[in-house]
Amino acid sequence: MRLPLPEREVMTPGHLACQGCGAALTMRLALKALGPRTVLSIPACCWSVIDGPFPHSTVNVPLFHTAFETAASTASGIRAAFEILGKEDVNVVAWAGDGGTYDIGIQALSGAAERNDNIIYICYDNEAYMNTGIQRSAATPLGAWTTTTPVKHPKSEPKKDMVSILAAHRIPYIATATIAYPEDLVRKLERAKETKGTKFILILSPCPPGWKTRPEDTVKLSRLAVQSRVFPLLEIENGEKWILNMNIKKPVPVVEYLKLQGRFRHLKEEDIQRIQEYVDKEWERILKRCGLA
Amino acid sequence: MKPWKPDIDRKMVFKSVREYPPMAVSLYTMMFNKTGTWRTVRPVINYEKCVYCLMCWKFCPEPAIYLEPIEVKGKERMKPIIDYDYCKGCMICAEECPVKAIEGVEEER
Repeated sequence: MRLPLPEREVMTPGHLACQGCGAALTMRLALKALGPRTVLSIPACCWSVIDGPFPHSTVNVPLFHTAFETAASTASGIRAAFEILGKEDVNVVAWAGDGGTYDIGIQALSGAAERNDNIIYICYDNEAYMNTGIQRSAATPLGAWTTTTPVKHPKSEPKKDMVSILAAHRIPYIATATIAYPEDLVRKLERAKETKGTKFILILSPCPPGWKTRPEDTVKLSRLAVQSRVFPLLEIENGEKWILNMNIKKPVPVVEYLKLQGRFRHLKEEDIQRIQEYVDKEWERILKRCGLA
Repeated sequence: MKPWKPDIDRKMVFKSVREYPPMAVSLYTMMFNKTGTWRTVRPVINYEKCVYCLMCWKFCPEPAIYLEPIEVKGKERMKPIIDYDYCKGCMICAEECPVKAIEGVEEER
């Protein structure tokens, strides 16, 4: 029987993620695609806890815990060492959260992208600093509650457009994926494996304690994020050719996505209207970039 | 296709600093950590309703669902089996099941 996903299981159970963790599912699917010949460089993020205490590890691949801002530069160094050893068939992966990508790790990532080092940079985006207790990051969406943007002053700035920043570096391959479409995620990672140069994959992974959602809604939320045009599934080649994988013709209203999440509970009708307008404007911009407008 | 089982799934304990390995490498997996004790609701698969679409296996974040080849009406299929040693009871499988063949049963302690 042909399985919808690769059969191999590189990750083992028993890890320390919360119930219904999106990041754990992201790692499981990513390692299914990347295979056992992979080296991970992980900065401070949820995954540095999920992996477990020394000398135990939940992933059956070498994993390097590094400082918060150095995920990409560590991966560059590991790649340079493999080049000297003459090992070409190893995937070097920098695996960072959104804090380590959007805020703290952006200079290392920009440097690696500028040198076009042969690494895969995966950002699993849970839209705040979840590991330290839900602080606001540049990836937190408009109007969301976090402990540093309380209900009286919810976040007034929209999410940083990381994909466009990386596209401006003209790296060979950029993609966005989410856990609700695992076949699409695996296909994008397999393509990243074959491409030479810096690859950037942004994966939306919902976080039940941080987003104040039920653990069983994790996959449903990431599906709604795509269906309501909040998180478009994209592929960008050499920073020029933008491909929209899923052109949502009949979008679900954004309120369907927001009402499942406790972090948006304080929003009033006009706030939701403002978010809907912002999402529509962003979608128009992406359609123009993809040449579909 | 049960998840990879290591030779030793016990917890590694060092008696002194000298016993530490010279490099920061992980020696064992986290399989000693039986996360099944976290569970409050137990997902139970009703195999009479199951259509073997493997949605539950695809979306399990642990992975606590493993597959076993079986034959259904002369066709080769994969049967999903939940490993209750590690299932944390997030119920993503029950939510995503297209035929609602997975039911939540309250754990009794």
